[in-house]
Amino acid sequence: MKIAIASGKGGTGKTTVATNLAAFLAVESPIVLADLDVEEPNSGLFISGKIFKQKDMFKMIPEWVKEDCILCGNCQKVCNFNAVIKLDKLIMVFPELCHSCYACSELCPTKSLPMQPRIMGKLTHFKAINLDFIESKLIIGEEQAVPLIKQTIDYVSDLFPSDILKLFDSPPGTSCPVIEATKNADLVLLVTEPTPFGLHDLKIAVETMKELNKKVGVIINRFGIGDANVEKYCAEKNIPVIAKIPNNRKIAELYSRGELVYLSFPEVKTELEKIREFILEHRQEVS
Amino acid sequence: MKEIVVISGKGGTGKTSITASFAYFGGKDAIIADCDVDAADMHLLLQPQQLKSEEFYSGFLAEIDQNKCIKCGRCSEVCRFDSIPIIEGKYIVKPLDCEGCGYCSQICPKDAILMKEQNVGNWLISQIKFGTKMVHANLGIGADNSGKLVAKVKNEAKKLAEKEGKKIILVDGSPGVGCPVVSSLSGASYVVLVTEPSVSGIHDLKRVYELVKKFGIPAGCIINKADINLQKTEEIIKFLAEENIEFLGSISYNEDFTRALTAGKTIVEFDDKIKALLKECWKKLI
Repeated sequence: MKIAIASGKGGTGKTTVATNLAAFLAVESPIVLADLDVEEPNSGLFISGKIFKQKDMFKMIPEWVKEDCILCGNCQKVCNFNAVIKLDKLIMVFPELCHSCYACSELCPTKSLPMQPRIMGKLTHFKAINLDFIESKLIIGEEQAVPLIKQTIDYVSDLFPSDILKLFDSPPGTSCPVIEATKNADLVLLVTEPTPFGLHDLKIAVETMKELNKKVGVIINRFGIGDANVEKYCAEKNIPVIAKIPNNRKIAELYSRGELVYLSFPEVKTELEKIREFILEHRQEVS
Repeated sequence: MKEIVVISGKGGTGKTSITASFAYFGGKDAIIADCDVDAADMHLLLQPQQLKSEEFYSGFLAEIDQNKCIKCGRCSEVCRFDSIPIIEGKYIVKPLDCEGCGYCSQICPKDAILMKEQNVGNWLISQIKFGTKMVHANLGIGADNSGKLVAKVKNEAKKLAEKEGKKIILVDGSPGVGCPVVSSLSGASYVVLVTEPSVSGIHDLKRVYELVKKFGIPAGCIINKADINLQKTEEIIKFLAEENIEFLGSISYNEDFTRALTAGKTIVEFDDKIKALLKECWKKLI
């Protein structure tokens, strides 16, 4: 079963929920946690484990071989991403813009743009008791998160059986990286905060998940601050509010040091138990 | 013209609250641009009155004309994104998987595949309560490629600033280090990094600054919630000194940020102490 933990707005506590939930669930059964926020992955700062495997991740990009090139410009014509430009006597490739579609390469009449691997990031697989943690990090300057997210999900899918519980810490926002991280999930947990920013971005996230036909549950973080409009919205839309993590400066302090919160806060543990219940109920529905 | 871009790497550090406060200080001298189009929130603090709205098209989606299709399957073979499966005898494009590269359309022997330009949202110019205008956008639900919409918002802000003779463009940037941030940063004259003293805050600050460095843009930093972890705050200040990043100031953990937000106000309209602090930061920027 695949569970994505997402949020429209950044900084609402996605990573806090993902890491605490993973550690809490791992006490009883094996869990996989994957950090798909490859632009700014933070889960690893809260999870300790031994490095089991580390590998560079590649995307395929065309590389110009000038020998046989007749400078016909077909490559530039077929590229929809402006990643291949024909200059006077030169073909230039902009790897950050390339989507690895192979069109320029395979449609080149002289085979002058063979595809070559280019490193885009690094995947690290950690192991702790009952917990496999996988993190991918995009190299700075690489603009596209989606290929790395996709390959990270593939790594997890290939390695673990489908019945094991997998948590995916997703990127913030609502555009392509989030779609990639959530489109194959069985359940999406949306973490929000009870403020106008939280509500505004929650609404967009809910609409996006509706487009994807996803079952969602909401977790309200920093509960007690702000106003009651998030709860009102969820009630109106019939979206279950699964858990409410209290607003507390001490929680922010523990978080700032990279510590798991539920170990020192029984009230947070109670909320994690509610999330577990929700997941178990849904798991029966799925199977 | 000076273009100031506020970014944070990590979300939830107070970036938008601080940018909106700068909009207050900038007043009629500045044009405001909300480039965090994925989760555009600044309008909730600035109460814009819409003056203009335009649709924005970017990227493509393949569409197969079933009447022309001879089911040769070439499109499905060449698609690297597995987005054209055969379902009940018909080749169908899965919109969520299609990257819009157009390879299928290039190779189709019957010209049966049309690449349709996608409406990814709209961009707007609005009057805000501080006597100036802001350019902002609504990204469509599940829409692709906010990088191009970000670039559009910035360009329109620049045009508007030139037209109205404004000295400053103030940009609320996007989180992360990918295409939307790259678009937010291009052309900036100064970057304000908003961070918090937590393991994640520092981690994300360092990564996003690595990106800023690639652009060679001078930067300054504001540490929000500074008293939540004094040791980490020290660590950040040390990092700033090593990297020659201007330390603009620090703000203590304060739930007034949320109270102001809930009241639909910027923090400077709500809390005089923070107003004085941010005013000092703003003076260093202009």
